[in-house]
Amino acid sequence: MTVHSFEENFEEKLEKDIAIEPRDWMPDTYRKTLIRQISQHAHSEIVGMLPEGNWITRAPSLRRKAVLLAKVQDEAGHGLYLYSAAETLGISRDELYDQLHSGKAKYSSIFNYPTLTWADMGAIGWLVDGAAIMNQVPLCRTSYGPYARAMVRVCKEESFHQRQGFEIMLTLSKGTAVQKKMAQDALNRWWWPSIMMFGPPDDNSPHTEQSMHWKIKRFTNDELRQKFIDVTVEQAKILGLSVPDADLKWNEARGHYDYGKIDWDEFWNVVKGNGPCNKERLETRRKAWEGGEWVREAAAAYSEKRKQRSRQEAA
Amino acid sequence: MSQQETEHKSEWPLWEVFIRSKAGLDHKHVGSLHAADAQMAIENARDVYTRRMEGVSIWVVESKYLHTSDPDESASMYEPANDKIYRHPTFYNLPDELKHM
Repeated sequence: MTVHSFEENFEEKLEKDIAIEPRDWMPDTYRKTLIRQISQHAHSEIVGMLPEGNWITRAPSLRRKAVLLAKVQDEAGHGLYLYSAAETLGISRDELYDQLHSGKAKYSSIFNYPTLTWADMGAIGWLVDGAAIMNQVPLCRTSYGPYARAMVRVCKEESFHQRQGFEIMLTLSKGTAVQKKMAQDALNRWWWPSIMMFGPPDDNSPHTEQSMHWKIKRFTNDELRQKFIDVTVEQAKILGLSVPDADLKWNEARGHYDYGKIDWDEFWNVVKGNGPCNKERLETRRKAWEGGEWVREAAAAYSEKRKQRSRQEAA
Repeated sequence: MSQQETEHKSEWPLWEVFIRSKAGLDHKHVGSLHAADAQMAIENARDVYTRRMEGVSIWVVESKYLHTSDPDESASMYEPANDKIYRHPTFYNLPDELKHM
């Protein structure tokens, strides 16, 4: 087949919703974009363990502690599913880690905010995982097979994450005045960063068109953001908490909530590395990687020793 | 040794993971992971792929030992089956009154 027909074949598969698999021909730009997207997603899962890990030892009950531990464990698992999917595109795990640790690769900016109170565990589960689910569900139908399969597993597991978060918020908002205040404060701090998670507005999102054509993105940033806001504002009512946006108003004609202006300067500033915790998060990851080096080496040496021993026994 | 090989010398090998979800069913490919040896690959597979009782049996095989068909040759590879619809039961015209067949 000529290059031209390889490309036609690829386009035809996209058109017919036939998954692209690792050994199929694909344009270099598709491969590169996918590596960037999947690895960013994987890094987000891994760095995303840190803000919540901060509260595991201080969870208010054994039940909450077991749940939070399970959630953080899931995030490690999700990171691993996604790293595996990225590796099928021809990048090694060590390269992926190196891109994270050197700051070359990005991860979701939301994890550069600190978790100041226990209520933040509720707000993260409810809002951050809620936004992530909104983003991820359409990706179960993404054009790249290994990515889509990883997302199916991720989405199946994510649903408890959001529900446990909402339950924490519900308990606090029905609790004492101090507890309710704590829940409101968490919502105030996490609301705007959460709706920024969908990325820059469509008119400032240069890759959207190409990614939609490749079916590695199925809805635009603004479409998903609107959907999230519409759903979440109703949920806040059940909690009896108020969303910190004075311009939030139901628009009968549009059938959607109108919302206030998002501070994109803040968003870009955090992306560029100037958020409250960027430095701390990366340092923690680097330290974990470097601190684990002797374990990786010891396991490899042990495996080599066992191989040699079984060769000797066979001889 | 190339630069690439030197750099990733210490990287644990990649393993493909297959899980039997319950007795009586086939093992099915679920994904891959890195581990220093087979025993560790099985233990990691338990933690990564069966946190919710998804399996009763795990197979792991080092990815480099997996041989696969070439997707670019799919057309000729599977061509022989294309024109043999008589291998399917619906190919045969039989009277409606015929039962239990």
